[in-house]
Amino acid sequence: MRYSFSRKQLCIPYAAFLVCFVIAPLIVIFYYAFTNGEGRFSIQNLINFFTSSNTVGTLFYSILISVTTTVVCLLVAYPVAYILARSNIKRKAILLAIFVVPMWINFTLRILALKEVLSVIEGNLAYHPFLNTIIGMTYDYLPFMILPLYTTLMKLDNQLLEAAYDLGANKMEVFTRVTLPLSLPGIVSGVTMVFLPAMTNYVILDMLYNNTFIMGSLIGSYFNAYDWHGGSMISIVLLFIVFIITWATKGFTEKEPEKEAIL
Amino acid sequence: MIKKILSGSWIGIVLLFMYSPILILAVYSFMDTPVIGGTGSFSLQNYITLFTSEELMDMIIGTLTLALQCAVISTILGTLGAIGAFYSKKGMRGFVSTSNQIPVVNADVVTGFSICVLMIVVFGVNKDSFIPLITGHVVLATPFVYLSVMPKLKQMDHNLYEAALDLGASARQALMKITIPQIMPGIVSGFLLAVTLSLDDYFVTTYTKPATFNTISTYVVNATKGSNTELKTALWALSTLIFVIILLVVLVSNISASRKEGGEENVKNEI
Repeated sequence: MRYSFSRKQLCIPYAAFLVCFVIAPLIVIFYYAFTNGEGRFSIQNLINFFTSSNTVGTLFYSILISVTTTVVCLLVAYPVAYILARSNIKRKAILLAIFVVPMWINFTLRILALKEVLSVIEGNLAYHPFLNTIIGMTYDYLPFMILPLYTTLMKLDNQLLEAAYDLGANKMEVFTRVTLPLSLPGIVSGVTMVFLPAMTNYVILDMLYNNTFIMGSLIGSYFNAYDWHGGSMISIVLLFIVFIITWATKGFTEKEPEKEAIL
Repeated sequence: MIKKILSGSWIGIVLLFMYSPILILAVYSFMDTPVIGGTGSFSLQNYITLFTSEELMDMIIGTLTLALQCAVISTILGTLGAIGAFYSKKGMRGFVSTSNQIPVVNADVVTGFSICVLMIVVFGVNKDSFIPLITGHVVLATPFVYLSVMPKLKQMDHNLYEAALDLGASARQALMKITIPQIMPGIVSGFLLAVTLSLDDYFVTTYTKPATFNTISTYVVNATKGSNTELKTALWALSTLIFVIILLVVLVSNISASRKEGGEENVKNEI
Protein backbone atom coordinates (compact mmCIF):
# COMPACT_ATOMS: atom_id res chain seq x y z
CA MET A 1 0.00 0.00 0.00
CA ARG A 2 1.29 3.42 -0.88
CA TYR A 3 1.88 5.95 1.77
CA SER A 4 -0.61 8.77 1.49
CA PHE A 5 -0.37 12.01 3.36
CA SER A 6 -2.72 14.81 4.08
CA ARG A 7 -1.71 18.32 3.16
CA LYS A 8 -1.72 19.64 6.67
CA GLN A 9 1.09 17.26 7.61
CA LEU A 10 3.35 19.27 5.34
CA CYS A 11 3.75 21.96 7.95
CA ILE A 12 5.20 19.57 10.51
CA PRO A 13 8.84 20.18 9.47
CA TYR A 14 8.43 23.93 9.55
CA ALA A 15 6.50 23.88 12.82
CA ALA A 16 9.25 21.74 14.36
CA PHE A 17 11.89 24.08 12.94
CA LEU A 18 10.11 27.10 14.42
CA VAL A 19 9.95 25.42 17.83
CA CYS A 20 13.64 24.47 17.76
CA PHE A 21 15.19 27.59 16.26
CA VAL A 22 12.79 30.45 16.89
CA ILE A 23 10.95 29.64 20.13
CA ALA A 24 13.73 27.72 21.88
CA PRO A 25 16.38 30.45 21.43
CA LEU A 26 14.00 32.97 22.98
CA ILE A 27 13.39 30.68 25.96
CA VAL A 28 17.14 30.24 26.33
CA ILE A 29 17.87 33.96 26.36
CA PHE A 30 15.07 34.45 28.91
CA TYR A 31 16.78 31.83 31.05
CA TYR A 32 20.19 33.45 30.66
CA ALA A 33 18.84 36.94 31.30
CA PHE A 34 17.34 35.92 34.62
CA THR A 35 20.10 33.72 35.98
CA ASN A 36 23.58 34.51 37.21
CA GLY A 37 26.87 32.79 36.44
CA GLU A 38 26.08 29.97 38.89
CA GLY A 39 22.79 29.18 37.20
CA ARG A 40 20.61 30.54 40.01
CA PHE A 41 17.59 32.72 39.42
CA SER A 42 18.55 36.36 39.68
CA ILE A 43 17.20 39.70 38.59
CA GLN A 44 20.65 41.22 39.03
CA ASN A 45 21.08 41.64 35.25
CA LEU A 46 17.84 43.58 35.06
CA ILE A 47 18.83 45.76 38.01
CA ASN A 48 22.27 46.31 36.51
CA PHE A 49 20.73 47.38 33.25
CA PHE A 50 18.50 50.02 34.79
CA THR A 51 20.93 51.30 37.42
CA SER A 52 24.02 51.64 35.27
CA SER A 53 24.18 55.10 33.73
CA ASN A 54 26.07 53.48 30.88
CA THR A 55 23.31 51.18 29.70
CA VAL A 56 20.47 53.60 30.37
CA GLY A 57 22.41 56.27 28.49
CA THR A 58 22.83 53.81 25.62
CA LEU A 59 19.10 53.13 25.61
CA PHE A 60 18.33 56.83 25.37
CA TYR A 61 20.98 57.43 22.73
CA SER A 62 19.54 54.54 20.66
CA ILE A 63 16.06 55.97 20.96
CA LEU A 64 17.36 59.40 19.95
CA ILE A 65 19.06 57.91 16.87
CA SER A 66 15.97 55.86 15.96
CA VAL A 67 13.49 58.68 16.38
CA THR A 68 15.63 61.13 14.42
CA THR A 69 16.28 58.61 11.64
CA THR A 70 12.60 57.69 11.41
CA VAL A 71 11.48 61.33 11.27
CA VAL A 72 14.11 62.26 8.67
CA CYS A 73 13.26 59.20 6.55
CA LEU A 74 9.57 60.02 6.74
CA LEU A 75 10.09 63.67 5.79
CA VAL A 76 12.30 62.72 2.85
CA ALA A 77 10.29 59.71 1.70
CA TYR A 78 6.74 61.03 1.94
CA PRO A 79 7.11 63.69 -0.77
CA VAL A 80 8.96 61.18 -2.98
CA ALA A 81 6.25 58.52 -2.58
CA TYR A 82 3.52 61.13 -3.03
CA ILE A 83 5.05 62.58 -6.19
CA LEU A 84 5.64 59.13 -7.67
CA ALA A 85 2.20 57.81 -6.79
CA ARG A 86 0.14 60.85 -7.79
CA SER A 87 1.95 62.01 -10.90
CA ASN A 88 0.99 60.78 -14.33
CA ILE A 89 4.49 60.26 -15.66
CA LYS A 90 4.80 57.23 -17.86
CA ARG A 91 6.69 54.22 -16.60
CA LYS A 92 6.61 55.31 -12.99
CA ALA A 93 7.10 51.67 -12.05
CA ILE A 94 10.62 51.96 -13.38
CA LEU A 95 11.20 55.21 -11.51
CA LEU A 96 10.06 53.49 -8.33
CA ALA A 97 12.36 50.58 -9.10
CA ILE A 98 15.26 53.02 -9.30
CA PHE A 99 14.39 54.25 -5.82
CA VAL A 100 14.34 50.78 -4.33
CA VAL A 101 17.33 49.25 -6.15
CA PRO A 102 19.74 50.23 -3.33
CA MET A 103 17.72 48.02 -0.99
CA TRP A 104 19.06 44.98 -2.84
CA ILE A 105 22.73 45.98 -2.57
CA ASN A 106 24.66 44.72 0.43
CA PHE A 107 24.34 47.45 3.06
CA THR A 108 27.97 47.31 4.19
CA LEU A 109 29.12 48.08 0.63
CA ARG A 110 26.72 51.02 0.43
CA ILE A 111 27.86 52.41 3.77
CA LEU A 112 31.45 51.95 2.60
CA ALA A 113 30.66 54.13 -0.42
CA LEU A 114 28.93 56.71 1.76
CA LYS A 115 31.84 56.74 4.16
CA GLU A 116 34.38 57.44 1.42
CA VAL A 117 32.29 60.33 0.09
CA LEU A 118 31.56 61.79 3.53
CA SER A 119 35.24 61.71 4.45
CA VAL A 120 36.04 63.81 1.38
CA ILE A 121 33.31 66.33 2.22
CA GLU A 122 33.95 66.57 5.96
CA GLY A 123 37.67 65.89 6.09
CA ASN A 124 37.44 63.99 9.36
CA LEU A 125 34.38 61.90 10.11
CA ALA A 126 35.02 62.00 13.84
CA TYR A 127 33.87 65.64 14.11
CA HIS A 128 30.20 64.95 13.39
CA PRO A 129 29.43 61.48 14.76
CA PHE A 130 25.71 62.06 15.35
CA LEU A 131 25.09 63.77 12.02
CA ASN A 132 26.99 61.09 10.13
CA THR A 133 25.06 58.33 11.87
CA ILE A 134 21.74 59.92 10.90
CA ILE A 135 22.93 60.35 7.31
CA GLY A 136 24.11 56.74 7.23
CA MET A 137 20.89 55.35 8.70
CA THR A 138 18.75 57.46 6.35
CA TYR A 139 20.87 56.35 3.42
CA ASP A 140 20.40 52.72 4.39
CA TYR A 141 16.71 52.72 5.30
CA LEU A 142 15.15 55.28 2.95
CA PRO A 143 13.91 52.67 0.40
CA PHE A 144 12.17 50.79 3.22
CA MET A 145 10.19 53.94 3.94
CA ILE A 146 9.45 54.89 0.33
CA LEU A 147 8.04 51.50 -0.69
CA PRO A 148 5.19 51.10 1.84
CA LEU A 149 4.26 54.79 1.49
CA TYR A 150 4.11 54.44 -2.29
CA THR A 151 2.00 51.28 -2.02
CA THR A 152 -0.65 52.93 0.17
CA LEU A 153 -0.67 56.19 -1.78
CA MET A 154 -1.21 54.23 -5.02
CA LYS A 155 -4.33 52.65 -3.53
CA LEU A 156 -5.75 56.04 -2.62
CA ASP A 157 -9.13 56.46 -4.27
CA ASN A 158 -9.15 59.55 -6.49
CA GLN A 159 -12.91 59.91 -6.09
CA LEU A 160 -12.46 60.60 -2.39
CA LEU A 161 -10.14 63.49 -3.18
CA GLU A 162 -12.55 64.83 -5.80
CA ALA A 163 -15.41 64.54 -3.33
CA ALA A 164 -13.41 66.53 -0.78
CA TYR A 165 -12.75 69.26 -3.36
CA ASP A 166 -16.42 69.29 -4.37
CA LEU A 167 -17.40 69.74 -0.77
CA GLY A 168 -15.28 72.87 -0.66
CA ALA A 169 -12.01 71.75 0.91
CA ASN A 170 -8.88 73.52 -0.23
CA LYS A 171 -5.66 71.72 -1.16
CA MET A 172 -4.24 71.88 2.34
CA GLU A 173 -7.40 70.50 3.90
CA VAL A 174 -7.65 67.70 1.37
CA PHE A 175 -4.10 66.69 2.23
CA THR A 176 -4.38 66.87 6.02
CA ARG A 177 -7.90 65.46 6.29
CA VAL A 178 -8.05 62.92 3.46
CA THR A 179 -4.67 61.96 2.01
CA LEU A 180 -2.66 61.91 5.23
CA PRO A 181 -5.13 59.86 7.32
CA LEU A 182 -5.61 57.39 4.48
CA SER A 183 -1.87 56.91 4.10
CA LEU A 184 -1.49 56.13 7.80
CA PRO A 185 -1.08 52.35 7.23
CA GLY A 186 1.87 53.09 4.94
CA ILE A 187 3.40 55.48 7.45
CA VAL A 188 3.03 52.94 10.25
CA SER A 189 4.51 50.13 8.22
CA GLY A 190 7.41 52.33 7.09
CA VAL A 191 8.08 53.48 10.64
CA THR A 192 8.17 49.91 11.97
CA MET A 193 10.59 48.94 9.22
CA VAL A 194 12.99 51.78 10.07
CA PHE A 195 12.68 52.32 13.80
CA LEU A 196 13.93 49.03 15.19
CA PRO A 197 16.83 48.45 12.77
CA ALA A 198 17.99 52.03 13.42
CA MET A 199 18.17 51.15 17.10
CA THR A 200 20.30 48.07 16.61
CA ASN A 201 22.38 48.44 13.45
CA TYR A 202 25.67 49.29 15.14
CA VAL A 203 27.69 48.45 12.03
CA ILE A 204 26.69 51.79 10.54
CA LEU A 205 28.06 53.60 13.60
CA ASP A 206 31.24 51.52 13.56
CA MET A 207 31.92 52.15 9.91
CA LEU A 208 31.29 55.89 10.24
CA TYR A 209 33.56 56.18 13.29
CA ASN A 210 30.85 56.94 15.82
CA ASN A 211 32.19 55.41 19.03
CA THR A 212 29.03 55.89 21.05
CA PHE A 213 27.16 52.67 21.79
CA ILE A 214 23.63 51.87 20.72
CA MET A 215 21.62 48.87 21.93
CA GLY A 216 23.03 46.62 19.21
CA SER A 217 26.62 47.50 20.12
CA LEU A 218 25.94 46.41 23.71
CA ILE A 219 25.00 42.92 22.50
CA GLY A 220 28.09 42.92 20.31
CA SER A 221 30.37 43.81 23.19
CA TYR A 222 28.80 41.26 25.57
CA PHE A 223 29.22 38.68 22.79
CA ASN A 224 32.91 39.54 22.47
CA ALA A 225 33.30 39.27 26.24
CA TYR A 226 31.46 35.89 26.33
CA ASP A 227 28.97 37.43 28.78
CA TRP A 228 25.84 35.55 27.71
CA HIS A 229 23.83 36.74 30.71
CA GLY A 230 24.40 40.43 29.99
CA GLY A 231 23.80 40.01 26.27
CA SER A 232 20.57 38.12 26.92
CA MET A 233 19.32 40.91 29.16
CA ILE A 234 19.85 43.45 26.36
CA SER A 235 18.06 41.09 23.98
CA ILE A 236 15.12 40.91 26.38
CA VAL A 237 14.95 44.72 26.52
CA LEU A 238 14.96 44.84 22.71
CA LEU A 239 12.31 42.10 22.53
CA PHE A 240 10.19 44.15 24.89
CA ILE A 241 10.53 47.17 22.60
CA VAL A 242 9.58 45.00 19.59
CA PHE A 243 6.56 43.78 21.53
CA ILE A 244 5.49 47.34 22.35
CA ILE A 245 5.84 48.43 18.72
CA THR A 246 3.94 45.39 17.42
CA TRP A 247 1.20 45.89 19.96
CA ALA A 248 0.92 49.62 19.27
CA THR A 249 0.74 49.20 15.50
CA LYS A 250 -1.62 46.22 15.57
CA GLY A 251 -4.44 46.72 13.11
CA PHE A 252 -2.46 49.17 11.00
CA THR A 253 0.16 47.02 9.38
CA GLU A 254 -0.44 44.98 6.30
CA LYS A 255 1.03 41.57 6.73
CA GLU A 256 2.60 41.10 3.32
CA PRO A 257 6.36 41.55 3.30
CA GLU A 258 7.22 44.84 1.67
CA LYS A 259 10.32 43.58 -0.06
CA GLU A 260 8.27 41.01 -1.94
CA ALA A 261 6.28 43.72 -3.65
CA ILE A 262 9.02 44.76 -6.02
CA LEU A 263 9.75 41.34 -7.44
CA MET B 1 4.42 74.75 -13.31
CA ILE B 2 6.29 75.73 -10.14
CA LYS B 3 4.85 72.64 -8.50
CA LYS B 4 6.25 70.49 -11.25
CA ILE B 5 9.72 72.00 -10.94
CA LEU B 6 9.64 71.65 -7.16
CA SER B 7 8.58 68.00 -7.21
CA GLY B 8 11.02 67.23 -10.00
CA SER B 9 13.90 68.74 -8.09
CA TRP B 10 12.98 66.90 -4.88
CA ILE B 11 13.06 63.60 -6.77
CA GLY B 12 16.39 64.68 -8.24
CA ILE B 13 17.92 65.62 -4.88
CA VAL B 14 16.88 62.36 -3.24
CA LEU B 15 18.17 60.31 -6.17
CA LEU B 16 21.42 62.25 -6.01
CA PHE B 17 21.73 61.46 -2.29
CA MET B 18 21.02 57.79 -2.89
CA TYR B 19 23.19 57.29 -5.91
CA SER B 20 26.12 59.70 -5.76
CA PRO B 21 28.17 57.63 -3.27
CA ILE B 22 27.75 54.47 -5.35
CA LEU B 23 28.50 56.28 -8.60
CA ILE B 24 31.52 58.16 -7.26
CA LEU B 25 32.87 54.89 -5.95
CA ALA B 26 32.22 53.34 -9.37
CA VAL B 27 34.27 56.05 -11.09
CA TYR B 28 37.15 55.67 -8.65
CA SER B 29 37.06 51.88 -8.96
CA PHE B 30 38.49 52.46 -12.47
CA MET B 31 41.39 54.59 -11.27
CA ASP B 32 44.70 53.83 -9.68
CA THR B 33 44.33 56.21 -6.74
CA PRO B 34 43.54 54.78 -3.31
CA VAL B 35 41.81 58.00 -2.14
CA ILE B 36 38.47 59.34 -3.28
CA GLY B 37 38.99 62.88 -4.57
CA GLY B 38 42.57 62.16 -5.51
CA THR B 39 43.79 62.30 -9.08
CA GLY B 40 44.80 59.22 -10.95
CA SER B 41 44.71 57.64 -14.33
CA PHE B 42 42.47 54.94 -15.73
CA SER B 43 43.30 51.48 -14.47
CA LEU B 44 41.62 48.10 -14.20
CA GLN B 45 43.87 47.09 -11.33
CA ASN B 46 41.02 46.93 -8.80
CA TYR B 47 39.11 44.50 -10.99
CA ILE B 48 42.18 42.41 -11.59
CA THR B 49 42.84 42.26 -7.85
CA LEU B 50 39.21 41.36 -7.23
CA PHE B 51 39.33 38.36 -9.53
CA THR B 52 42.86 37.19 -8.79
CA SER B 53 43.09 37.62 -5.04
CA GLU B 54 42.42 34.23 -3.50
CA GLU B 55 41.19 35.82 -0.29
CA LEU B 56 38.55 37.90 -2.09
CA MET B 57 37.44 35.13 -4.44
CA ASP B 58 37.07 32.66 -1.55
CA MET B 59 35.01 35.20 0.33
CA ILE B 60 32.73 35.95 -2.64
CA ILE B 61 32.22 32.31 -3.59
CA GLY B 62 31.64 31.43 0.06
CA THR B 63 29.00 34.14 0.39
CA LEU B 64 27.20 33.03 -2.78
CA THR B 65 27.32 29.33 -1.88
CA LEU B 66 25.96 30.05 1.56
CA ALA B 67 23.17 32.23 0.15
CA LEU B 68 22.10 29.62 -2.40
CA GLN B 69 22.19 26.74 0.05
CA CYS B 70 20.18 28.66 2.62
CA ALA B 71 17.72 29.87 0.01
CA VAL B 72 17.07 26.30 -1.21
CA ILE B 73 16.48 25.04 2.34
CA SER B 74 14.34 28.07 3.22
CA THR B 75 12.26 27.76 0.09
CA ILE B 76 11.46 24.09 0.65
CA LEU B 77 10.78 24.57 4.35
CA GLY B 78 8.75 27.75 3.91
CA THR B 79 6.69 26.49 0.96
CA LEU B 80 5.77 23.21 2.65
CA GLY B 81 5.11 25.13 5.85
CA ALA B 82 2.77 27.54 4.10
CA ILE B 83 0.84 24.77 2.30
CA GLY B 84 0.58 22.76 5.50
CA ALA B 85 -0.45 25.73 7.62
CA PHE B 86 -3.01 26.82 5.05
CA TYR B 87 -4.89 23.50 5.29
CA SER B 88 -4.34 23.01 9.03
CA LYS B 89 -6.80 23.62 11.81
CA LYS B 90 -6.92 27.03 13.38
CA GLY B 91 -4.63 26.26 16.33
CA MET B 92 -1.76 24.95 14.25
CA ARG B 93 -2.13 27.68 11.64
CA GLY B 94 -2.17 30.34 14.35
CA PHE B 95 0.95 28.91 15.94
CA VAL B 96 2.90 28.73 12.69
CA SER B 97 1.88 32.16 11.42
CA THR B 98 2.56 33.82 14.79
CA SER B 99 5.97 32.23 15.31
CA ASN B 100 6.72 32.98 11.67
CA GLN B 101 6.33 36.70 12.46
CA ILE B 102 8.92 36.59 15.26
CA PRO B 103 12.09 36.68 13.10
CA VAL B 104 10.39 39.21 10.79
CA VAL B 105 9.74 41.82 13.47
CA ASN B 106 12.66 40.95 15.73
CA ALA B 107 15.99 42.77 15.48
CA ASP B 108 18.55 40.71 13.55
CA VAL B 109 21.03 41.24 16.37
CA VAL B 110 18.70 39.48 18.77
CA THR B 111 17.91 36.67 16.32
CA GLY B 112 21.61 36.06 15.72
CA PHE B 113 22.58 36.32 19.38
CA SER B 114 19.81 34.00 20.57
CA ILE B 115 20.67 31.33 18.00
CA CYS B 116 24.31 31.63 19.01
CA VAL B 117 23.46 31.18 22.70
CA LEU B 118 21.19 28.20 22.02
CA MET B 119 23.38 26.29 19.59
CA ILE B 120 26.90 27.22 20.51
CA VAL B 121 26.70 27.97 24.22
CA VAL B 122 23.99 25.56 25.37
CA PHE B 123 24.39 22.66 22.93
CA GLY B 124 28.06 23.20 22.15
CA VAL B 125 27.66 22.85 18.37
CA ASN B 126 30.99 23.50 16.71
CA LYS B 127 30.93 26.84 14.84
CA ASP B 128 33.30 25.46 12.23
CA SER B 129 30.66 22.96 11.13
CA PHE B 130 28.71 25.82 9.51
CA ILE B 131 25.55 24.35 11.07
CA PRO B 132 24.83 27.39 13.30
CA LEU B 133 25.51 29.75 10.38
CA ILE B 134 23.20 27.93 7.95
CA THR B 135 20.52 27.54 10.61
CA GLY B 136 20.72 31.25 11.36
CA HIS B 137 20.31 32.25 7.75
CA VAL B 138 17.43 29.81 7.29
CA VAL B 139 15.69 31.29 10.34
CA LEU B 140 16.16 34.74 8.83
CA ALA B 141 14.88 33.88 5.34
CA THR B 142 12.18 31.21 5.72
CA PRO B 143 9.53 33.54 7.22
CA PHE B 144 9.73 35.68 4.09
CA VAL B 145 9.29 32.62 1.85
CA TYR B 146 6.26 31.68 3.92
CA LEU B 147 4.86 35.20 3.58
CA SER B 148 5.41 35.20 -0.20
CA VAL B 149 3.73 31.83 -0.73
CA MET B 150 0.73 32.39 1.56
CA PRO B 151 -1.07 35.03 -0.58
CA LYS B 152 -0.73 32.78 -3.66
CA LEU B 153 -2.36 29.91 -1.76
CA LYS B 154 -5.23 32.19 -0.83
CA GLN B 155 -5.74 33.17 -4.48
CA MET B 156 -5.52 29.73 -6.03
CA ASP B 157 -8.43 27.63 -7.20
CA HIS B 158 -8.87 24.87 -4.64
CA ASN B 159 -11.35 22.86 -6.67
CA LEU B 160 -8.57 21.80 -9.02
CA TYR B 161 -6.87 19.83 -6.27
CA GLU B 162 -10.08 18.01 -5.40
CA ALA B 163 -10.71 17.39 -9.09
CA ALA B 164 -7.25 15.86 -9.47
CA LEU B 165 -7.91 13.52 -6.54
CA ASP B 166 -11.30 12.56 -8.02
CA LEU B 167 -9.60 11.78 -11.30
CA GLY B 168 -7.36 9.32 -9.52
CA ALA B 169 -4.22 11.32 -8.72
CA SER B 170 -2.46 10.51 -5.46
CA ALA B 171 -2.03 13.26 -2.89
CA ARG B 172 1.59 13.60 -3.90
CA GLN B 173 0.76 13.88 -7.62
CA ALA B 174 -1.94 16.43 -6.96
CA LEU B 175 0.46 18.46 -4.84
CA MET B 176 3.27 18.38 -7.40
CA LYS B 177 1.12 18.89 -10.51
CA ILE B 178 -1.64 21.17 -9.26
CA THR B 179 -0.73 23.06 -6.09
CA ILE B 180 2.97 23.77 -6.69
CA PRO B 181 2.55 25.14 -10.25
CA GLN B 182 -0.21 27.44 -9.11
CA ILE B 183 1.83 28.99 -6.30
CA MET B 184 5.07 29.05 -8.32
CA PRO B 185 5.32 32.88 -8.57
CA GLY B 186 5.23 33.07 -4.77
CA ILE B 187 7.86 30.37 -4.45
CA VAL B 188 10.17 32.12 -6.93
CA SER B 189 9.89 35.51 -5.28
CA GLY B 190 10.37 33.84 -1.89
CA PHE B 191 13.53 32.18 -3.16
CA LEU B 192 14.95 35.45 -4.51
CA LEU B 193 14.07 37.19 -1.28
CA ALA B 194 15.86 34.46 0.68
CA VAL B 195 18.98 34.88 -1.48
CA THR B 196 19.11 38.64 -0.96
CA LEU B 197 18.38 38.43 2.76
CA SER B 198 21.25 36.01 3.18
CA LEU B 199 23.60 38.13 1.04
CA ASP B 200 22.72 41.26 2.97
CA ASP B 201 22.97 39.82 6.45
CA TYR B 202 25.70 40.92 8.83
CA PHE B 203 24.40 40.30 12.35
CA VAL B 204 23.30 36.67 12.24
CA THR B 205 26.49 35.84 10.33
CA THR B 206 28.81 37.51 12.76
CA TYR B 207 27.38 35.64 15.78
CA THR B 208 27.29 32.20 14.19
CA LYS B 209 30.07 32.01 11.59
CA PRO B 210 33.26 29.96 11.84
CA ALA B 211 36.16 32.19 12.89
CA THR B 212 37.99 32.01 9.57
CA PHE B 213 34.98 32.27 7.28
CA ASN B 214 33.81 35.65 6.00
CA THR B 215 30.82 36.79 4.00
CA ILE B 216 30.87 40.02 2.00
CA SER B 217 29.31 41.89 4.93
CA THR B 218 31.71 40.74 7.62
CA TYR B 219 34.65 41.10 5.24
CA VAL B 220 33.79 44.70 4.36
CA VAL B 221 33.36 45.65 8.00
CA ASN B 222 36.74 44.12 8.90
CA ALA B 223 38.41 45.65 5.86
CA THR B 224 37.35 49.18 6.81
CA LYS B 225 39.17 48.67 10.10
CA GLY B 226 42.26 47.16 8.51
CA SER B 227 44.97 48.87 6.53
CA ASN B 228 45.34 46.78 3.38
CA THR B 229 44.61 49.46 0.75
CA GLU B 230 44.93 47.13 -2.20
CA LEU B 231 42.13 44.85 -1.03
CA LYS B 232 40.14 47.83 0.22
CA THR B 233 39.99 49.50 -3.18
CA ALA B 234 39.19 46.12 -4.78
CA LEU B 235 35.99 46.31 -2.73
CA TRP B 236 35.07 49.42 -4.71
CA ALA B 237 35.16 47.24 -7.80
CA LEU B 238 33.03 44.62 -6.06
CA SER B 239 30.48 47.24 -5.05
CA THR B 240 30.32 48.56 -8.61
CA LEU B 241 29.86 45.07 -10.08
CA ILE B 242 27.05 44.21 -7.65
CA PHE B 243 25.38 47.55 -8.34
CA VAL B 244 25.44 47.02 -12.11
CA ILE B 245 24.16 43.44 -11.86
CA ILE B 246 21.26 44.40 -9.56
CA LEU B 247 20.35 47.46 -11.62
CA LEU B 248 20.22 45.33 -14.78
CA VAL B 249 18.15 42.58 -13.17
CA VAL B 250 15.62 45.00 -11.68
CA LEU B 251 15.28 47.14 -14.81
CA VAL B 252 15.04 44.18 -17.19
CA SER B 253 12.44 42.43 -15.05
CA ASN B 254 10.44 45.64 -14.77
CA ILE B 255 10.57 46.39 -18.46
CA SER B 256 9.70 42.85 -19.45
CA ALA B 257 6.84 42.88 -16.94
CA SER B 258 5.42 46.08 -18.41
CA ARG B 259 5.83 44.72 -21.96
CA LYS B 260 4.21 41.44 -21.10
CA GLU B 261 1.26 43.02 -19.40
CA GLY B 262 0.93 45.48 -22.22
CA GLY B 263 0.58 48.69 -20.30
CA GLU B 264 1.26 50.83 -17.31
CA GLU B 265 -1.88 50.00 -15.40
CA ASN B 266 -1.01 46.38 -14.81
CA VAL B 267 2.48 47.14 -13.60
CA LYS B 268 0.96 49.46 -11.08
CA ASN B 269 -1.12 46.65 -9.65
CA GLU B 270 1.80 44.34 -9.51
CA ILE B 271 3.80 46.78 -7.44
